[in-house]
Amino acid sequence: MSTPITLAIDTATRAITVAVARGDEIVAQGQVLDARRHTEELAPLLADCLDRAGVGVAEVTQVVVGTGPGPFTGLRVGLVTAQTFAYARGIPVYGVPSLDAIAQGHVRLDAPAAGSEFLVATDARRKEVYHARYRVADDGRSAVALDEPGVSKPADLPAEVRALPAAGYGPVLYPDLFGTAVLPLDVDAADLAMVGLARIAVGAQMPTTPLYLRRPDAVEPSAAKSTLAAGGRAR
Amino acid sequence: MTTSISQPLVLGIETSCDETGIGIVRGEELLVDAVASSVDEHARFGGVVPEVASRAHLEEMIPTLERAARDSGVALTDLDGIAVTSGPGLAGSLMVGVAAAKALALALGLPLYGVNHLASHVAVDIVEHGPLPEPTVAMLVSGGHSSLLLVPDVTHDIRSLGSTIDDAAGEAFDKVARVLGLGFPGGPHIDRAAQDGQITIDFPRGLSTRRDLERHRFDFSFSGLKTAVARWVESRRVAGADVPVADVAASFQEAVTDVLTRKAIDACREYDVAALQIGGGVAANSRLRAMAQERCDAAGIALRVPRRALCTDNGAMVASLGAQMMLKGRPASDLSLPADSSMPVTDVQSGLPVTVDHDHAH
Repeated sequence: MSTPITLAIDTATRAITVAVARGDEIVAQGQVLDARRHTEELAPLLADCLDRAGVGVAEVTQVVVGTGPGPFTGLRVGLVTAQTFAYARGIPVYGVPSLDAIAQGHVRLDAPAAGSEFLVATDARRKEVYHARYRVADDGRSAVALDEPGVSKPADLPAEVRALPAAGYGPVLYPDLFGTAVLPLDVDAADLAMVGLARIAVGAQMPTTPLYLRRPDAVEPSAAKSTLAAGGRAR
Repeated sequence: MTTSISQPLVLGIETSCDETGIGIVRGEELLVDAVASSVDEHARFGGVVPEVASRAHLEEMIPTLERAARDSGVALTDLDGIAVTSGPGLAGSLMVGVAAAKALALALGLPLYGVNHLASHVAVDIVEHGPLPEPTVAMLVSGGHSSLLLVPDVTHDIRSLGSTIDDAAGEAFDKVARVLGLGFPGGPHIDRAAQDGQITIDFPRGLSTRRDLERHRFDFSFSGLKTAVARWVESRRVAGADVPVADVAASFQEAVTDVLTRKAIDACREYDVAALQIGGGVAANSRLRAMAQERCDAAGIALRVPRRALCTDNGAMVASLGAQMMLKGRPASDLSLPADSSMPVTDVQSGLPVTVDHDHAH
């Protein structure tokens, strides 16, 4: 089989990030730091990365996408882009939780000791963070999630969890509530691609279902107000 | 990029509210209109919940694309262009459709047209009744919009004559249906209830007094009507009398359709236009269709109303406008085009290299 070409996309953090990998080598990577312009920025960034990688759209063999958790609107832009691109090209799309990519980034950047634990905490808005604990694998080159991603107020996390070195933007937002802040702050699609490739290689289940972790805000209507009192709203 | 093909094969995506719509047209021929609606999920909230709608769009995008391709027998690789609703609408919902359209355009190497939702409601009639007379007066009435437009060219010149100053017409249907204990969305329920009713109550016609007409000749107002209905019903209940639901529905519906059709025909006369097109979800209302036909016949105006499924939000209307843009050699949009929740109706297309001249007759 010829070398797989992987397109990796993540929009769960402040970074709109894209990477192209040939085999397990990253051949182009790009990001835009603007959490309010996913719709505008992602597609041109994709085109630019493929261009710089010298890869035509027809050569891409698989797509890896970050499934969050992250602010919903941006998260959906990445997911629908990845799913639709893959559908149009008739290639598979694989989901990777975005916090796993940040954990991989921490291992790559800081080379923490094998067996040590750390936290990933990202901005969930509403004064909350998305979080998960990780342990550095025995080979020191990857991270293993110790729990499912959660969402909570930083102060509601156990003290021993908050005392762990913490990657992601959460510790930047709430410096008094977390221990040591470590890199990276946001997802890098290159890390996402590496996690994805490792899991694809072992045939892991990789659904692209978004990790919202919160239900939609919606309230059922109460009884209608009286229109007879006070004359209503006159026009 | 400018493309001119005699019968362009265009796929359109619509996600401005609670319908995930994928349509495919070839020139002026409709090939498929696939729609997935999340309306049932919103019913218990009495209105569309934006986050619920956005989640449903993401879930339904690929299945709806698959259905459109399967039912039409079109291979995506045979397409000539992609069109998508850029706005106006719910921001989070629009973004799902816009991102999907960009992914298709990029993956298939096709030109992309970011188009106005309201212009699409006008353009859909081309696949139903052939080329649009130029100019046409268009009246768009839905749960989110109530607009009178002068349309010299649906691909790049649309002028706003008037719009609602408060509630959209469809919103009034929803709210009155709730007062009457009918379901959501209100339009079809009121239409059905009114079939068995008589027009017995003279509800107010908004913005139709001589003084109102000076400033708001082609504008609408439905908030006062909605309140008048609610007060009438509540007064009956307080007095311990039965509420004649069918008669209230018929009388309310009459008030809405009377003012809509009167202003639409007045606009045709004022601008000397011999064609009126009605679109949007409220155009599915049977009384509106009948009254518009009577009054247009009497005024010598050709009325065009698409079949009901093409009045409500759908992808075919977006594809139809995209096909017109390709036929007329309009430039494609840039891949950076936005989802613009408050896109003005005069902006027919988004993501253009230079801004279009906006001509407000209003």
